[in-house]
Amino acid sequence: MAKEYETVIGLEVHVELATKTKIFCGCSTEFGGKPNSHTCPVCTGMPGALPVLNKKVLEHAVAVGLATNCRITRYCKFDRKNYFYPDNPQNYQISQLYLPICRDGYVEIDMETDLPAGWLPGAERALAGADVRKRIRIHEIHMEEDAGKMLHDEREDCTLVDYNRSGVPLIEIVSEPDMRSAEEVIAWLEKLRLIIRYLGASDCKLQEGSMRADVNLSVREAGTETWGTRTEMKNLNSFHAISRAIENERSRQIDLLESGQAVVQETRRWDDAEGRSYPMRSKEDARDYRYFPDPDLAPVSISDAFLAEIRLRQPEFRTEKMKRYRACYGIPDKDIGLITGSRHMADLFEAAVELGGQPKKVSNWLIGETLRLLREKELDAEDIRFSPENLVKLIALTEKKEINSTVAKEVFETMFEEDIDPEKYVEEQGMKMVSDKEALQRTVEEVMGANPGSVQDYRNGKERAIGFLVGQTMKAMKGKADPVQVNAILKKLL
Amino acid sequence: MANIISDETIEYVGILAKLELTGEEKEQAKKDVGRMLDYIDRLKELDTSEEEPMSHVFPVQNVFREDKVTNGDDSENILRNAPLQKDGMFVVPKTFH
Amino acid sequence: MKLLSLSAVELGRAIRTGRTTAVDAMQAVLDRVEETEEHYHCYITLDKEKTLAGARRVQRKIEAGELAGPLAGVPMAVKDNLCTEGMLTTCASRILGNFIPAYSAEAVEMLEAAGAVIVGKTNMDEFAMGSTTETSAYGCTRNPRGTEHVPGGSSGGSAAAVAAEECFFALGSDTGGSIRQPASHCGVVGMKPTYGTVSRFGLVAYASSLDQIGPLCKNVEDCAAVLETIVSGRKEDGEDPIRDTTLMRREDTDFTSALKQDVKGMRIGIPKAYIGEGLDGEVRRSILNAAELLKREGACVEEFDLGLAEYAVPAYYTIAAAEASSNLERFDGVKYGFRAQDAQELHQMYKRTRSQGFGAEVKRRIMLGSFVLSSGYYDAYYLKALRVKAMIKKAFDEAFEKYDCILGPVAPTAAPRLGESLQDPLKMYLGDIYTISVNLAGLPAISLPCGTDRQGLPIGLQLIGDCFQEKKLLQTAYTYEMAYKEA
Repeated sequence: MAKEYETVIGLEVHVELATKTKIFCGCSTEFGGKPNSHTCPVCTGMPGALPVLNKKVLEHAVAVGLATNCRITRYCKFDRKNYFYPDNPQNYQISQLYLPICRDGYVEIDMETDLPAGWLPGAERALAGADVRKRIRIHEIHMEEDAGKMLHDEREDCTLVDYNRSGVPLIEIVSEPDMRSAEEVIAWLEKLRLIIRYLGASDCKLQEGSMRADVNLSVREAGTETWGTRTEMKNLNSFHAISRAIENERSRQIDLLESGQAVVQETRRWDDAEGRSYPMRSKEDARDYRYFPDPDLAPVSISDAFLAEIRLRQPEFRTEKMKRYRACYGIPDKDIGLITGSRHMADLFEAAVELGGQPKKVSNWLIGETLRLLREKELDAEDIRFSPENLVKLIALTEKKEINSTVAKEVFETMFEEDIDPEKYVEEQGMKMVSDKEALQRTVEEVMGANPGSVQDYRNGKERAIGFLVGQTMKAMKGKADPVQVNAILKKLL
Repeated sequence: MANIISDETIEYVGILAKLELTGEEKEQAKKDVGRMLDYIDRLKELDTSEEEPMSHVFPVQNVFREDKVTNGDDSENILRNAPLQKDGMFVVPKTFH
Repeated sequence: MKLLSLSAVELGRAIRTGRTTAVDAMQAVLDRVEETEEHYHCYITLDKEKTLAGARRVQRKIEAGELAGPLAGVPMAVKDNLCTEGMLTTCASRILGNFIPAYSAEAVEMLEAAGAVIVGKTNMDEFAMGSTTETSAYGCTRNPRGTEHVPGGSSGGSAAAVAAEECFFALGSDTGGSIRQPASHCGVVGMKPTYGTVSRFGLVAYASSLDQIGPLCKNVEDCAAVLETIVSGRKEDGEDPIRDTTLMRREDTDFTSALKQDVKGMRIGIPKAYIGEGLDGEVRRSILNAAELLKREGACVEEFDLGLAEYAVPAYYTIAAAEASSNLERFDGVKYGFRAQDAQELHQMYKRTRSQGFGAEVKRRIMLGSFVLSSGYYDAYYLKALRVKAMIKKAFDEAFEKYDCILGPVAPTAAPRLGESLQDPLKMYLGDIYTISVNLAGLPAISLPCGTDRQGLPIGLQLIGDCFQEKKLLQTAYTYEMAYKEA
């Protein structure tokens, strides 16, 4: 009989912090820009340059630590991690090993609510059997600097280095090996992402690299206590890549063990196009980083006052928000779940309701059209640009029956793109409904005249024929009529 | 000499430090590092169990920058000393295989 | 007026009062350089045209009343490990042989803002690793007091330039004695301030936790004036951004106010280990004479046991080598400096660049440093050394409860002959025994001439102060200097 294996997974999650400047210098963290245009002697490792810590980085790191139930290290230091690579201009990375800013935290996942919307692979399997709620522990969170970017130059077969990203602040969140499946990993990452986005500490975009997860994975025979040898998987740019890489690495390790070979402790690079991974390092990478406290940076001491200030600034997180929504807004749980899936959307919802929008109507626009357009355009809730004021105006227009729902959707699409003022837009585009009864009746009569067959059908008892006539009338009115009114006129005339 | 430095150790340190030594240099380095370690081993005579390692001699703490952009585009100066550059970037032997 | 024999402060005064000009002073220095530089080789880089243009610019500002400080118009030399905007900065290494920084060290900026004019960049031991200036990739410097001898190191070029009157004062850096020891060998005054007094921004790091910039001068008064100009302290909020986070907030930085000939009641301790075995007899005699002189001036001088002196050198070399191995990783042929041309593959490029670019002493310390930080040795060597450092600091703290100043030699002997030291690195390291613990404990110390040996080579006296007690130290040094002149 084939042996049963358990997969043991721990994560190292790098999150780029949302600061204006780099961690140790006054260079902008803005994306893009011509190569090396956001650099200075500090972030390019020039001789004699010295780092100075950006206070905002510390604030973000502590905020994430508090939100993930960590102990905050009251006296922490930075250490140098020494290794040669061209994206690392000093050939050491300033990081934290001995006294990281946060330790011993956890984030709880609920497999029923924390998987991302639309996540399917293996979800049922994960739900069957395994605990639905689970606490995934955090070993530590540390602050460090990002590396530069390397590009391959095909023509001259060399590598080009751009240090614009060098020194962008990161936190690395290291979990304990508490996860057992790809679904738990995805749920945990999604939950972590939600927390960090709620804090405004990062936008956590996997595709753009502002959130990167390395997967440490080992397998062991079910029921055994000892750990297997683990590998570290890098270059995972989406939840799907993570999930595939986990399945692939699990099988690879089991195959090795089954054929009597040993798993080698190594770092591997996932190739998503090929659906397989490759070992990453050569003998020139000794993986002996010679960490020691960076003598160029003064240690950090966290006072009670500093902690209290950060605590005070912590936002209302999703769980509390969901509770409050249930109590205050009278909208379905499904709506609450979707709205609170993004702090930006929740803020938008609350602002719109504050401005007088009826909660369910506001919610309908958010979880309906908004989510549809986000999906269609492959955007993220954080990318929503329309204001609550304009959303409320649009709702008012439909309530006053100044536009019908088809026109409203059309207006909304423009609003979604450009945040236009719907009142002005409807006015300018002449999209208001025709409420002139005579004009409406004239159009209905014309439509009836042009479609005698349908008129006959209806009169012969084929009630469905009226739908066609309503449609034709709406078309003739270019949509600017109230279909209910059209229906009534038609019935009268027929 | 109490500390005998092996060929492997010198090779390994060469990988860490990115130094390539000739045969003669290697022999000299083995001798030098060994002698220095013998000398440093004198520290073992001291009982330091009560001491915290002192990485910073004075208790300076919490020196921060505000999160304000102070640097503009200085790429011309940053690249000025580059041994090899192309398209505003530093050129190194290929790292992709 | 013999310009060259004036001190920096005297020259500044002469320029301010219109008795001479910055341009004449610079011309005199350049004439002197023309005459003696080929014998001494104090400088790596000189640019006469630029230098004279700088002097002219400063003279105009002085005349316009924009510059009125004590050093306005005074020619200075800068050690070649301090970055100078638009001027070659090599650290006496092949690996930085063509490096022209786009920025200046903060200390250099401050002196230039005060009107001092750079003559050139001085020779040194490569990356400040050495005690003789012989590890320079650009040839050795000769001691102006005895040309068959080394000027000391690593700031040997700076000390020699002051001694040879090829400048009026110089900047150096001191990691384990690199200002004080060459000052001693060349018969000038050199001061290492308390760690964190002068910004290290723009100083190419050797061992960051020990490096400190300081002046090499003709006398104590000049030292005080230069130090007063380059002291950074930590700026109040809202002022210029901080560029070195290890700086200490200082208030009592009016160092020139301490120049009083008065040591009455001053308690001075001489560590027994500093005048015992290993110290040359003539040096010992000079040091004890100096102690006598201070006693006559009213100081209470006594010998005492300063523990742990013999452990300072091994602790220092562990820490300095470890930090150096990391600090020097950035020299890799990618962003600046030398790159080996014969490499196809990345790691081969790194290795060849660094092996061809660094000299033997630098490689030796990088290897040692990489080793003591490597997996399995970090605790036994590096952390152990940091613990010993803590003990050494405590020993000094205890000593300064009893004494205002500690007195001793700078080096075991006067300047060695050229070529004598490099054969045995360990012996060379042991020559730092009296200066090194000062860096480990972050203390201020000054080296000043206190006699000559029978060959006529200068002997230096070292005074060590408690941290942040530069003023007390300068007062003691000034008193000795005055009394020595009178005697």
